[in-house]
Amino acid sequence: MNFHKYLPIAALISAVIAIQLLTYFTGSAYMLTQLTMSAYYSLVIIGLCILMGYAGQISLGHAGFFAIGGYISAFLTTCNLLPYRSHSLVSLFSKAGLLNMSEDLYGGQALHFHPWAACVMAVLFTIIAAYCIGGPVLKLKGHYLAMATLGFGIIVYRIVLGTSFFGAADGLSDVPSFVIFPGLEVSGKSSVRIQNYYIASGLVIAGVIILLNLINSRIGRALRAIHGAEDAAGAMGVNTAKYKLHTFVLSAVFASIAGVLLTHYNGGIGPSEASVMKSVRYVAIVAIGGMANLWGALLMGFLLNFLSLRGYFGSFDDAVFGSILIIIMLFAPEGLLHKNSFRGIKKIFSHTTKEEGQA
Amino acid sequence: MALLEVKDLSRAFGGLQAVNKVSFSVKKDTIKALIGPNGAGKTTLFNLVSGMLPPDSGSIIFNGEPVHGFPPYRTASKGIARTFQHVKLFPRMTALENVMIGRHTHSKAEFIPCMLSLPWTWREEKQIRVKSLEIMGFLGISAFAGNEAASLAYGQQRIVELARALACEPALLLLDEPAAGLNMRETAEIARLITKIKEMGVTVLIVEHDMSLVMDISDEIIVLSYGEKIADDVPLAIQRNSEVIRIYLGEEDA
Ligand SMILES: Nc1ncnc2c1ncn2[C@@H]1O[C@H](COP(=O)(O)OP(=O)(O)OP(=O)(O)O)[C@@H](O)[C@H]1O
Ligand SMILES: [Mg+2]
Repeated sequence: MNFHKYLPIAALISAVIAIQLLTYFTGSAYMLTQLTMSAYYSLVIIGLCILMGYAGQISLGHAGFFAIGGYISAFLTTCNLLPYRSHSLVSLFSKAGLLNMSEDLYGGQALHFHPWAACVMAVLFTIIAAYCIGGPVLKLKGHYLAMATLGFGIIVYRIVLGTSFFGAADGLSDVPSFVIFPGLEVSGKSSVRIQNYYIASGLVIAGVIILLNLINSRIGRALRAIHGAEDAAGAMGVNTAKYKLHTFVLSAVFASIAGVLLTHYNGGIGPSEASVMKSVRYVAIVAIGGMANLWGALLMGFLLNFLSLRGYFGSFDDAVFGSILIIIMLFAPEGLLHKNSFRGIKKIFSHTTKEEGQA
Repeated sequence: MALLEVKDLSRAFGGLQAVNKVSFSVKKDTIKALIGPNGAGKTTLFNLVSGMLPPDSGSIIFNGEPVHGFPPYRTASKGIARTFQHVKLFPRMTALENVMIGRHTHSKAEFIPCMLSLPWTWREEKQIRVKSLEIMGFLGISAFAGNEAASLAYGQQRIVELARALACEPALLLLDEPAAGLNMRETAEIARLITKIKEMGVTVLIVEHDMSLVMDISDEIIVLSYGEKIADDVPLAIQRNSEVIRIYLGEEDA
């Protein structure tokens, strides 16, 4: 096999370590918080990049999948089952080892789902939701698909905003930390800040490896074929409907896992995470990253989310991402960091000289 | 037994009967041509056989098995490959990658094995590449394997599309006007390749307007007019068929 294809991965790992060391030596370790959050958002971005850039299917509803992951896991790990402990279902969960007992500040006991159990359930639910939505919706193309996925995003937003047990406008808080195994926990406590930066970055690296493998395989080629000429791909034996659906579900799972972990990291989640502006932001970042360019999407996902979280865009935050989208669509619809746009720019400069040469 | 058996196949678009109760069969290891004036329903018939359109009524039996109503990916996996009247390559992929898509039905790595890059998927990928290069060599287009499809000349694109269809190792190959837009030298080259493909054991059904090409290479010819079959015979008999002559001459008069 070709090891040179893993060189960029080695570079990515080095960059992750270098950034941490940089914050350490410049005394800006507090920035690791935003870096960690950016890493989780990048996970959404790279998943969406496969769907949009490679398979050529847009989704304006990915904040919905992020929110499904975050909210389900927040709900299951915070809702107290103690009053219902005699209920047969609850005792079944308890016997299966899915629950754990905790004590709050005042010594009151509470019975919740273990974060692992909650995470698995959240991701499973996301998969089911993505299949149910994607099945009918992916038959649509272009702006019809954009509209339909937008509709899905709006529904999720209204549900979390209007449901009292999801905390309505306040969202859910007091989400416990996620102890992956003893000694390793996803949590916002400053004592585990470095550890969490590496957990999030490690997950992104794993995600990048998995998606690079996919891109450079028979399936990745089939996805690009669907993007290029869907009916021809079908005529060559590619089950286009199935592949689009699986890619949609895969990208939803990436969003959902990011939602679960960021919620544990932040200790809560609010309805703004499900808002349409978040979905638009994800799409804008994939676009500026170059659409069919996983590395571009990753870089931009990290950078723009970091700048946004550090407040560099001030109150124009959403406007910045909206503008990015407009500018990209106008001037480089294939994405900014795309080889063809460089070629396009080169063409502009070489065009005149070439024609003069021919004349 | 015939490889392809089409019976009473019909398809309408709104009020327009594009294909009207057409029946015919294609014998194994032959080249059968489908001719007729513009709008006769030739491409529609191809779309029905390849599954890109469902028929309104009628049946399509391929290799003894009904395939009407199958989605295109299933007819492809049964062994029916096609090219398009207006070349439909994957424009941003290289010529080689285009041909490699043709190997899809002969390989099986799905999402999970690919994401984990399991060793057997590399072996499969290598086989796909080797076989695709072999087919490109056979058609004499290895030289631009690495070029982006959209950057190729029109005649080259036609042959890449042919290579992509051949990579499916089909039992039946549907060619929709393979010589359209080609110059005389390129047309002669296509004719030579189609005969070579037949000798490989691939049955060919071809739509073509170039009469000398059709008469040269085909074993049998079907004539379609306004969605209906007018004649179905060997080339010599078709040339003498008064109805066929009337349609073609009538067209020239108009
Ligand atoms: N998808 C479609 N929707 C509506 N009408 C269609 C469609 N496809 C074909 N037609 C109509 O059906 C008739 C047959 O078209 P078809 O493309 O099959 O003809 P053809 O024999 O291939 O002609 P040509 O030689 O010009 O390629 C035409 O009148 C055409 O306008
Ligand atoms: Mg046609």
